[in-house]
Amino acid sequence: MAQEKLTRTLAPVVVGILLLAVWQGGCRLGHVPVYLFPAPSDIAQSFVKQWPLLVRALWTTLAITLEAFVISVVLGTLIAFVFVQNKLIEQSLFPYAVLLQVTPVVAVAPLIIILVKNTNVSLTICATLVAIFPMISNTTIGLRSVDPGLSSFFKMSKASRFDTLVRLRIPSALPFFLAGLRISSGLALIGAVVAEFVAGTGGQSAGLAYQILQAGFQLDIPLMFAALLLIALSGVLLYMLMVALSRALLGQWHESSMTEEA
Amino acid sequence: MPGTLAPLSDRRDRALVPVVDIRAAEKIFSNGMRGLAPIDLTVRRGEFLTLIGPSGCGKSTLLKLIAHLIQPSSGDLSWWGQDFSHVGEPERRIAFVFQDATLMPWSRVDANVRLPLDLAQVKMDEAVPRVAAALENVNLTKFARSFPRQLSGGMRMRVSIARALVTDPDLLLMDEPFGALDEFTRNKLDDDLLRLSSERGLTTIFVTHSLYEAVFLSTRVIVMAANPGRIFGEFIVDESEPRGDEFRTSDRFAQLSRGLSEMLNRASVAGSSAM
Ligand SMILES: Nc1ncnc2c1ncn2[C@@H]1O[C@H](COP(=O)(O)OP(=O)(O)OP(=O)(O)O)[C@@H](O)[C@H]1O
Ligand SMILES: [Mg+2]
Repeated sequence: MAQEKLTRTLAPVVVGILLLAVWQGGCRLGHVPVYLFPAPSDIAQSFVKQWPLLVRALWTTLAITLEAFVISVVLGTLIAFVFVQNKLIEQSLFPYAVLLQVTPVVAVAPLIIILVKNTNVSLTICATLVAIFPMISNTTIGLRSVDPGLSSFFKMSKASRFDTLVRLRIPSALPFFLAGLRISSGLALIGAVVAEFVAGTGGQSAGLAYQILQAGFQLDIPLMFAALLLIALSGVLLYMLMVALSRALLGQWHESSMTEEA
Repeated sequence: MPGTLAPLSDRRDRALVPVVDIRAAEKIFSNGMRGLAPIDLTVRRGEFLTLIGPSGCGKSTLLKLIAHLIQPSSGDLSWWGQDFSHVGEPERRIAFVFQDATLMPWSRVDANVRLPLDLAQVKMDEAVPRVAAALENVNLTKFARSFPRQLSGGMRMRVSIARALVTDPDLLLMDEPFGALDEFTRNKLDDDLLRLSSERGLTTIFVTHSLYEAVFLSTRVIVMAANPGRIFGEFIVDESEPRGDEFRTSDRFAQLSRGLSEMLNRASVAGSSAM
């Protein structure tokens, strides 16, 4: 068991090291110019040289991502609670939630950036538009997914609305809510980056996507790679945080976060 | 005054008041389906009443009416001579055991059993010993800190029974509680159920598809027929308690089972010819 776990963590690391070695070797042996395709060592150098710039950009992007994520979670959950109160409310509003979801953010972003003066605010709005839908739909489904037998039991026991909410509906919804968190956190980052690109072409913004744009203009390809890497790492980190949160909250009872032997 | 009863002053009177009294209760579902034709049924204190009949004859519907989970389309029900608002008061408690265990997967066994007490705002220091006693009754003390998914189907059903009994109910409703279990476990749980209900003077309404289980457990069996759901007849099992394995293997048991089987056959013929 322990060995299997070790292999599972070691295998991707070994593959990564091998890939880096092949990449490095290929670039050096083939004398590929840095402005076409930089070797890992060039990217590492760029990291060191441009570190203060990259950290500032990373922080800008992360701040927008986190703001959008938190707003999505709070607002999405509230909307879900409103939806489950009343079928009519859900039926009349749900199509608009879908409309939000299917409209590409690249298409709406320019409008929002023009309408909202503050760049950070407009970027946060764009990222929220992308990230909120999974929170609404997952939490709604979760709040509705109460076991009918348990629901009858609560009814028969003359449980109060509050008890039914806290002891039945919220725990039943939790696995769905957490799945929503995982999707939404990733989407918040994607939304933030996409919105930054749109804003960046207009000369505003200061996040990682803007650095990628600028690096592109200046043919500073290693910097481009470095910024890209940071975006990818942020995404992985967010995802891992959400998985850890699910484990902590559900670990004991829900199948989706159980290991085989448990 | 028809339909109302004088307030109860004397405990001896109370024993005479039916636990459940059903007068011409009919259930027509919102899709127009007639689940139950008007039914009259009186359940007395201390009875072990079993509902048996072909699938779709309205056994679950009748049990849900009694549990007040659904309302009759016409007709009346009373509980201990009064309307449902008094149910839940001392000596007027109802517990329901469903076909599956319906436990909260996120709570441990002891918290699951404590749920009805929590919902009734019973204080922890009173609730905890009662939960322990209820788990003791169903032989699950060792599994108090387990999660439902770590138990077998039979054990989960026992948790569900403990959760029903922890409220010290006066009326116990059970809808095919042991349907999914093997014969051996089922017999064992039947024995336990009989012991518990006679110890506590419970009134029980039990649904089963097994006529042997019906004969073994009941003081009275209600045979139902379908299309529409109705009471076809009733079958008294006048065998004194305690009943055990000797009863299960006796000639008397075989004879009673044959009698019930014949009535059941006639009920299913009556149910299908009406279609
Ligand atoms: N919510 C409902 N809406 C419409 N029809 C229903 C509903 N519940 C039950 N019925 C119908 O009422 C009839 C009686 O159903 P019920 O569940 O009481 O049968 P049952 O005797 O418990 O059957 P089984 O032994 O299969 O559990 C069935 O024909 C069923 O189709
Ligand atoms: Mg049924």
